[in-house]
Amino acid sequence: MKLTQSSRGKWLVIGLPYFWLLVMLLLPFLFLGQVSVSEMENGGGFLKIYRHDGWFFKDNFIPIWNDIINGGTYRTAYLSSLYYAALTAFWCLIIGYPFAYFMARARKELQPTLLLFVMLPFWISMLIRVYAIKVLFNDSGFLVTSISGLLQRFGLIDDPLHVLGTPFSMMFGMVYVYIPFMILPLYSTLSKMDPRYWEASADLGATPIKTFFLITVPLSKAGIIAGLMLVFIPCVGEYVIPQLLGGADILMIGRVLADEYFQNANWPLASALAITIILLVIIPMMILNKYEEKAGEFK
Amino acid sequence: MNEQHRWFARSWMVMVYAFLYLPIFVLIAFSFNKGRPTHWNGFSTESYAALAKTPEILDGLIVSLKIAVISAIFSVIIGTLIAFVLQRYRRFTGKTLFSGMANTPLVMPEVVLGLSLLLVFKSLFKMEGGYLMIILGHTLLGAAYASVVIKARFSELPMAYEEAALDLGAKPLNAFFLVTLPLIAQSLISAGLLVFTISFDDVVVSQFLNGPGVKPLPNVILDNARQGAKPVLNALGAVIVFVVSVVLIAGSIWMQKREKKRNAEIAAAYRDAT
Repeated sequence: MKLTQSSRGKWLVIGLPYFWLLVMLLLPFLFLGQVSVSEMENGGGFLKIYRHDGWFFKDNFIPIWNDIINGGTYRTAYLSSLYYAALTAFWCLIIGYPFAYFMARARKELQPTLLLFVMLPFWISMLIRVYAIKVLFNDSGFLVTSISGLLQRFGLIDDPLHVLGTPFSMMFGMVYVYIPFMILPLYSTLSKMDPRYWEASADLGATPIKTFFLITVPLSKAGIIAGLMLVFIPCVGEYVIPQLLGGADILMIGRVLADEYFQNANWPLASALAITIILLVIIPMMILNKYEEKAGEFK
Repeated sequence: MNEQHRWFARSWMVMVYAFLYLPIFVLIAFSFNKGRPTHWNGFSTESYAALAKTPEILDGLIVSLKIAVISAIFSVIIGTLIAFVLQRYRRFTGKTLFSGMANTPLVMPEVVLGLSLLLVFKSLFKMEGGYLMIILGHTLLGAAYASVVIKARFSELPMAYEEAALDLGAKPLNAFFLVTLPLIAQSLISAGLLVFTISFDDVVVSQFLNGPGVKPLPNVILDNARQGAKPVLNALGAVIVFVVSVVLIAGSIWMQKREKKRNAEIAAAYRDAT
């Protein structure tokens, strides 16, 4: 094709976005790597590039790794980030898969509307929605007081319930915010599935449950994996929801990193923590890339 | 599906929708509450009056609007270029790196993006935090999302249109602006809207890149929400929900009408041709 063959134009068209990505993405990541093996300058914030004795990992990575091996704050933070991200992905799948399946099997003319009402919360500010959960779960809020009252009347609990600031309220918030990321790729795979597979399975005598688990689920593997990764990866670094709904005692790595930068002004350590996060999400990311194309366009 | 299954399917869907909308409805209901933001004390619009008198929130809104509009424009331009390159050039040196970089912002935790941008801007480019830094950060994120939306449109658009224009003697640039661009215009608009919302909603990248006096709305909300539930936030939330719903529902009705009209036109054209 001529448009893609004229070579001077071609290199300009490729060169512009390439330059943008190199300067805005690759350079910052390389620089992040460099800062992560640098010394912190006393007096806050500033840094000397590289250690003089060349023992690059000594200042930042070795303490982090030691901490991870010996069980300190960072281990707690990384483990709870991975744990809550995995749990969020799991619940999104359990709740979202049947939903996406029923949506894909609903009447064709109904589907755009059903989809619109899944997408609508997605367009409303995430912070406002998380704040709404805070209002909902407030100790003096109607939901908590009425459930508390009911349980107390039946003698199941002694003290009023306390929901806000617990792992439950944080998980609720994470599932709430991330479930559209699960539903959309699943819906996109399931709605493209040929209904004749289901009919064939039924004709051969399989029960609907059997068809679901032996035909539908395996055929939607690409969508499941894309959905799991799309929820899991951002959850690992989640910064806002743990702060608003998780309380002070749930330590997640995104917050530890931000504290290290903003409060302790330790750029090298914050960078080393960021590099470790990248290493944690790189493998899931590669799995995602492998399956994303199969799951089709869902954004 | 038999009757029992249909019943199960319907109740599952109703429950998920209830899950998605319950917090939002509670927020709207309590925005009309008197006094405390979580405990029903009677109807009042005082939290809306308080909202109108909170300059911090209005300032944040203006800051966010400026940033979101500019980021959306830049993101659509860069996103179009990225999508064009990914979709129209099958092979070139460094394509693997290019497509890898194009997708990275979608999957990288925002704290990592924010920190790495901040370090480069401050140390290498000697920039002070503020509008330019936030806009660049949001454009990095937004261009990645925009390119996904626009790429989808490119992939269903046959190259034949552009080729025909070139065969008829158009210069490549003219072919792009006169033929390709109008054909992908709708995806540019939806990409722009998507980036606008992403920028308007972003708190993490802004938190890292903001400077003195530049505080986008989400950062104002986060600071306030950290201190607990507040009546102004309920009112603000209700306003945001209202605006988004009206825009989105009106937009989708308009799109469906347009689709119908287009199908009717295509059908009419066929009738005339045969």
